Amino acid sequence: MAEKMFMQALGMGISEEMRADPKVFLMGEDVRASVYGAATGLHDEFGDDRVLNTPLSENGFFGAAVGAAAVGMRPVVETLTSFMWVGMDQLVSQAAKMRYMFGGQATLPVVFRAVMYYGGGSAAHHSDRSYPVFMNIGGLKVVAPGTPADAKGLMKTAIRDNDPVIMFEDGTLLGTRGEVPDDPDFTVPFGVANILRPGTDVTVVAIAGSVPHAVAAAEEMAKEDVSVEVIDPRTLVPLDKETILNSVGKTGRLVVADPAAKVCSAASEIMSIVGEEAFWDLQAPMQKVASKQVHIPFAQSLEKLVYPTRDGIIEAIKKTLG
Amino acid sequence: MTTNISKDLLLLMLERMWRIRHFELKLTEMYNAGEIGGVHLYIGEEAVAVGACAAMKDSDYIAGNHRSHGHPIAKGANLNKAMAEILGRIDGYCKGKGGSMHLADFSVGILGESGIVASSVPVATGAALASKLQGEDFVSAVFFGDGASNQGACHEAMNLASVWNLPVIFICENNQYAVTTSYRDTVAVEHISDRAQAYNMPGVLVDGQDAIAMYEATAEAVQRARNGEGPTLIEALTYRFEEHSLGLEKIRKSEYREDNEIAEWRRRDPLDLLTKSMVESGTVTQAECDAISAAAHAAVEEAAEFARNSPVPDESELYKDMFFSEMPVV
Ligand SMILES: Cc1ncc(C[n+]2csc(CCOP(=O)(O)OP(=O)(O)O)c2C)c(N)n1
Ligand SMILES: [Mg+2]
Repeated sequence: MAEKMFMQALGMGISEEMRADPKVFLMGEDVRASVYGAATGLHDEFGDDRVLNTPLSENGFFGAAVGAAAVGMRPVVETLTSFMWVGMDQLVSQAAKMRYMFGGQATLPVVFRAVMYYGGGSAAHHSDRSYPVFMNIGGLKVVAPGTPADAKGLMKTAIRDNDPVIMFEDGTLLGTRGEVPDDPDFTVPFGVANILRPGTDVTVVAIAGSVPHAVAAAEEMAKEDVSVEVIDPRTLVPLDKETILNSVGKTGRLVVADPAAKVCSAASEIMSIVGEEAFWDLQAPMQKVASKQVHIPFAQSLEKLVYPTRDGIIEAIKKTLG
Repeated sequence: MTTNISKDLLLLMLERMWRIRHFELKLTEMYNAGEIGGVHLYIGEEAVAVGACAAMKDSDYIAGNHRSHGHPIAKGANLNKAMAEILGRIDGYCKGKGGSMHLADFSVGILGESGIVASSVPVATGAALASKLQGEDFVSAVFFGDGASNQGACHEAMNLASVWNLPVIFICENNQYAVTTSYRDTVAVEHISDRAQAYNMPGVLVDGQDAIAMYEATAEAVQRARNGEGPTLIEALTYRFEEHSLGLEKIRKSEYREDNEIAEWRRRDPLDLLTKSMVESGTVTQAECDAISAAAHAAVEEAAEFARNSPVPDESELYKDMFFSEMPVV
């Protein structure tokens, strides 16, 4: 166990799996130079045949990854969330639908690594938090780690998984640090939420970059003798709703923090599940702390108003307490 | 059409062409009887897929498009399962979840037909990538239309295949129209095969009514691909004898195709051409050819019976095959 950066943890996950299985290879734009960071050292270790620089052709190489997976390889594709729109047809019409549409004949062990930059003045074309779109499509596993250890463990599970997986790598977390197991057998299962902090008064479900804010909010509330349970679902498809429902059963209060835009966000879905299945456990209206429903403005004075913050989560917690 | 292709292969090609033809004549009958909805017929274009697939092995892959019955049957798909799929039955290739536009048989290298125009072109390219990365010798081929040739996915895949030197054969079925739009109005070059130059790969223009010419052009491309010499673009100039899909007969009235143009192409029926060349060269007798047609007809009739007797999928199938392992229903 050593302290590692989130970004290094992602890279550890990829390189360990590449060492373990010759069918795993990485492809993407400028991956040999590791422009986005998580592929540092991979080209040196694995060479040209396993680390492929692609042309700027998201439709072309997303589809090529799907085809390679369909005949038995395990591609890992690096891209940014914002460039996924260009290759959407391959993600939706092929990756997501082939298995079902062909009656189970297609097995597609492909991972799309969607680096999710936002919050740094990149403006509307480079700040997408698009995982709810992919939750809606179906047929894709949607992963959003919130800690460095989960970044590694979930990456390994994603690569070993036999379905198409989209790994949303939250840019605001890439520089965060935490203990990351060195053990190459360490993995984090899909569909098992992480209770980051147990509590009894209010449940806060926090997604991706909201996780540190939720933990900070819980620490602050502890000073006021409010016990907040913080849950990171870690994977949105599959979603561990039992852990969330059990927590709400105990606390009767729910806040969901989600960096995605609030309409049809992951938070919307989680609140809808709680509304349907645990309505009578609730002692107060549920609160959604998601991004404002706007495109990301360039000016920092505006952008900082958009995303969930620690203080926004605190305010929502207080609302549930009346 | 003189050739040194073996008699067995010629007979196989004729048989597969007849299987496609009778299959689709049967579908037309079933459509008229209200048994199925509108489907895209391949009638008139059979030589393209049959000639091409005859040059490939079972271990090679193909992918195709919405005009989707010819490619799998040419690659050796089972007629019963194909017919059951079109009727939406549990014994269909995709257990009734794919239907006419999505026939697939992974066991004989059919990676599936795609309803989104050009969407399977990158996928087939990826199968070729897998072949190269693993040092295998299988190749892949993809069938797409003249309309599809204008899609970005198509251009991206061809460029990718060329820079990575992948064993893939791009087979453009230029039936000259995308629904009602002539390729002359949408393609900036004289021949779609000319575009190969832009990707630094061979571009070959082939008479798509001539199964033997298709076989030979594809065999050469397959050989190049297996030798590590990269992709080829084949443009098969052909014609669909029927309308864009069953149910669209009414658009005939828009006169996007002249009656005499249709008549002229119908005179170049790919089945007649192959039969004639084989009979004239003394390879087979007309009676042998008739027997092949009759056998294909019988197989199609049997497939229709099989399909009609297959149950529709029940509710327990609804959530199956979304994922590799079953997941809780949300
Ligand atoms: C991306 C996309 N756009 C539009 C359509 C609707 N559509 C289906 S077939 C077709 C024409 C395709 O023409 P071509 O590629 O030449 O194939 P053909 O039907 O002639 O065999 C169109 C426009 C579609 N299926 N997919
Ligand atoms: Mg066409």
